Amino acid sequence: MEEFRVLSPTAILGYGFPLESFARGMEFKPHVIAVDAGSTDPGPYYLGAGVSFTDRQAVKRDLEIMLKAGLEQRIPVIVGSAGGAGADPHLEWCLEIVREIAREAKLHFRMASISAELEKSMLEEALADGRISVLEPGKPLTREELEASVHVVAQMGMEPFIRALEAGADVIIAGRSYDPAVFAALPVSKGFDPGLALHMGKILECAAIAASPGSGSDCMLGILKEAHFCVEPLHPARKCTTSSVAAHTLYEKTNPYLLPGPGGMLDLKDCRFFQETEYRVRVEGSRFIPAPKYTLKLEGAKQVGYRTLSIAGARDPVFIEQLDMIIAGVKERLADNFKDVAPSRYQLLFHIYGRDGVMGELEPTPQITSHEVGIIMEVVAETQELADTILSFARSTMLHYGYPGRISTAGNLAFPYSPSDLKTGPVYQFSVHHLLEVDDPVALFPITWECI
Amino acid sequence: MKKVSIRALAVVIRSKNAGPYELTFDLIFKDSATYQRVKKSGFFTPELFAELYRVPLADVISFVEFDPANAIKCTIRRPRAAGDVGETDVYGAQQHAPLLDLAVPIDAEVIP
Repeated sequence: MEEFRVLSPTAILGYGFPLESFARGMEFKPHVIAVDAGSTDPGPYYLGAGVSFTDRQAVKRDLEIMLKAGLEQRIPVIVGSAGGAGADPHLEWCLEIVREIAREAKLHFRMASISAELEKSMLEEALADGRISVLEPGKPLTREELEASVHVVAQMGMEPFIRALEAGADVIIAGRSYDPAVFAALPVSKGFDPGLALHMGKILECAAIAASPGSGSDCMLGILKEAHFCVEPLHPARKCTTSSVAAHTLYEKTNPYLLPGPGGMLDLKDCRFFQETEYRVRVEGSRFIPAPKYTLKLEGAKQVGYRTLSIAGARDPVFIEQLDMIIAGVKERLADNFKDVAPSRYQLLFHIYGRDGVMGELEPTPQITSHEVGIIMEVVAETQELADTILSFARSTMLHYGYPGRISTAGNLAFPYSPSDLKTGPVYQFSVHHLLEVDDPVALFPITWECI
Repeated sequence: MKKVSIRALAVVIRSKNAGPYELTFDLIFKDSATYQRVKKSGFFTPELFAELYRVPLADVISFVEFDPANAIKCTIRRPRAAGDVGETDVYGAQQHAPLLDLAVPIDAEVIP
């Protein structure tokens, strides 16, 4: 095989893509259609709560187009990090969408689903055996953190995909996956260079984001050869340029020269970018360096409480001038009023938009210079009831707080909403972000087959 | 030496998470010549980022000049993990703003 073509329809399954770009991609006769469906980027909530951050209807739309085209041209369709966070509830959510599409469109295929959720008992053993290591700048994993985690997943590499493809999968829906793995697995199984395939996957996983102008909701084609690969957007309004593609190599990574992944490191120190045509960029020199020990990245989230919040604005200059003192006063009143509630059971936070609402402690200019400020009062507490109680008291106290020089005695806050207090439910935190050493890159990722 | 606004030199100035515990800044310059001049000025250093974001130098995890993309990249430890209670920018996408006000001292003759 001289050339392997990969179609990446969209940056995240459910972000959409123009039908004309997709059709143009199919005209290139790709050997696989692959998409990355997830990320930890939207925060710990989705992994902890077991829900997707993409919309069901939008995911169904994208998947339906991909499945029909893949089956028609008899090429595999591969989805990685199903349901966003890629734990079992996310995987099942995505599988149910696939089954629904198949029922409605009367499609028939062999589907492999690959779970990435790990048993806690196995992880506890691995921790005790010293096979779980810290990923800087995180902290070492403790048994308590592991036990408190709701879901723990591992990012699978190419190997489980290769196994499913070799066993004849038409469609693969996988849990949490290393983003480039879905694009690289099939060409690597056919003998293409893993360094080039993974680097191509790293660019394709964000679809047309690496083009100029970039977009996460448009298609991109990858063409892999023996000693290089090319990427090309599939909409005539976009171009890949050496700088747009090189710039994407930087994206969301600590160091663009060395990109660690399952089982090894992508080394881009000798990587070169060339403008092949007006639209197409050729990349050479990407290398994969296998690690002496195969490691997988673990991700886990634990629940830390329940949240209630209230959004308000302030326009009174006398109030704005004394804001910090007023906040301190509200906290004091709260502590005095709920002496029987241990302070460790709740946290009350004020976010001041117009001061340091966006940057927090990183803000270099934490002075209010605006004529108005936005205030979010937030409580995270052990129970939803306690969060409601504390927030309600803080909100009403701040609304009517008497501060020195006050002449506007009707109320200090402007609420855009009624009800003013919003219950947002469980709050999660990343609890596991570590490396797990394994002997077999496939063993932890069981494959389930379905004939549809 | 003349100071030139970073906005006249760079085409991309952005911040983003690199995993839940790191915040990474990318500055991509408009062409190779501009990039080389900025690089030569020695203006961008790990110390600059530490000072700008008021973090200890030890929290500057990496500082890389990436020639293929005409880019300077710096990664710092996030003061709070993405999505933690009290954290304010889950994607880390709005932490680049202080970079936009920088002025780089480069040779007057080579001002682009």
